[in-house]
Amino acid sequence: MGYFSNIFNGIKTLLTGMSITGKYFLNSRKGAITQQYPDNRETLKMFDRFRGEVIMPHDENNEHACTGCQKCEIACPNGTIEIIWDRGIDEETGKKKKKIDQFVYHLSMCTMCGLCIDVCPTDAIEWGQNFENSVYDRTALTRVLNEPESKVRAGIED
Amino acid sequence: MQETTTINNNFKSEEYFINMGPQHPATHGVLRLLLTIDGEIIKKVEPDLGYIHRSIEKMCERDSYQQIVHLTDRMDYLSSHINNEAVCLTVENALQLEIPERVQVIRTIIGELTRIASHCLWWGVMGMDVGALTTYFYGFRDREMINDIFEETCGARLTMNYNVPGGLMWDIHENFVKRVKDFVAHFKTKIPEYDRLLTGNVIFQKRTKGVGILTKEDAISFGVSGPVGRGSGFSCDVRKYHPYSALDKVTFNEALRTEGDTFARYSVRIQEMWESLSIIEQLIDNIPEGEFRVKTNAVIKLPKGEFYQKVETARGELGVYVISTGTKNPYRLKFRSPGFSNLSALSHMATGGKIGDLVATMATLDLVIPDIDR
Ligand code: SF4
Ligand code: SF4
Repeated sequence: MGYFSNIFNGIKTLLTGMSITGKYFLNSRKGAITQQYPDNRETLKMFDRFRGEVIMPHDENNEHACTGCQKCEIACPNGTIEIIWDRGIDEETGKKKKKIDQFVYHLSMCTMCGLCIDVCPTDAIEWGQNFENSVYDRTALTRVLNEPESKVRAGIED
Repeated sequence: MQETTTINNNFKSEEYFINMGPQHPATHGVLRLLLTIDGEIIKKVEPDLGYIHRSIEKMCERDSYQQIVHLTDRMDYLSSHINNEAVCLTVENALQLEIPERVQVIRTIIGELTRIASHCLWWGVMGMDVGALTTYFYGFRDREMINDIFEETCGARLTMNYNVPGGLMWDIHENFVKRVKDFVAHFKTKIPEYDRLLTGNVIFQKRTKGVGILTKEDAISFGVSGPVGRGSGFSCDVRKYHPYSALDKVTFNEALRTEGDTFARYSVRIQEMWESLSIIEQLIDNIPEGEFRVKTNAVIKLPKGEFYQKVETARGELGVYVISTGTKNPYRLKFRSPGFSNLSALSHMATGGKIGDLVATMATLDLVIPDIDR
């Protein structure tokens, strides 16, 4: 290739590339995917299945569905869940029954694999969509998921 | 007063040694390369590994088969779904489970989406490595759409852990099909843009053509696989030769180039994005109805014996080799990771070239360091 055709070719490809970047520059708002994150906190909605943290939903009577079967503790690959359990007297039957005292969840160790939620027979735990988990002290990431004074919902058996 | 200067004609060039990495942007991770250089010419490249070794294979011996799956997310994180699939297929084949067609099709679609997402990221970074910063943003823009699809259906963007032995963790989200179709339509207009922006650029071609040549014979003897092998004319697509999941139901061409240089590997990946799009298009319209998961025992015990399964990740052939003694943990689990073998060819490809060529060559190897170190 001749000297001039080389130069010409170089300029041509340069302009081709610039036509694309120029097009985006002029239409910069169209198709932009950037999210103005801290400013859009009010409207930001994560997908339902998004795995932010493990939570245990309670109903209005402060009751949850966890029977303390410990299946989640066994399924967890890294010891994130610790279940401290006790035996209580079942009011109806008068028999001794396993119940949870504390459902301890070490968020700092959780890999968000979802095996605990997958294995739970009573769907007592599920995914929460909160992802703003930064804290100054690591111990704040160890949580007790069952509310104080909470009970297992009547009629839940594993 | 006159000074006599003697001109020394015997300048001796001296080889010297320089570290590239472990904290170097062009190595895309914590890889350390020990370079022996003479001026600008590379005499020797020695990779030094182990900076991100987490002993995943040893952890697998401790974990149950369900738990192993999520560890493979952390190997080649850009192909996490395909890695998960590899482990699940090994377990399913060993148990001789019948996997519903629905699961197979969904796995293949998400696998191909993963491949496109990985290639998008690679394309952006490849451009950046040779000096074109804009590509980075365009590559990430298109990858973002795929990440949204993953987040909606699988719950996570990168470490998805969507496969379980026996099927999938959840059924696909109701928006899945629509979103995938939108993406396919969108991306079809973007690949030609990629070509105009980077592939046809004179500077890019000068930087990549004839650089980092790997012949077919060398490719085979180094055991490289994936787009690196196919850029050297070594036909090695596992999807073609040992189809798994729904890949035997689709038709696609294996992207092959014979030049063996950096540009050939680049073209193979661009071609693969087209092929992946075509695979997705063939499957997305008729995802069969049915179960998304078959029941397995809560404690999975593989029969005594050895099991091997290979899949094609975005980087090449990933092999999972399990030795089971019939208990709930594998006795030994070995991953044959594509990045490790591909990296072994780097020294051969880069020797004799310049440092800038080394960066371009490394970019087309598309190394993911956690995959190499595991
Ligand atoms: S959360 Fe579910 S799996 Fe875990 S102890 Fe409670 S009932 Fe059992
Ligand atoms: S998501 Fe995984 S790592 Fe986290 S608590 Fe559940 S099982 Fe453990």
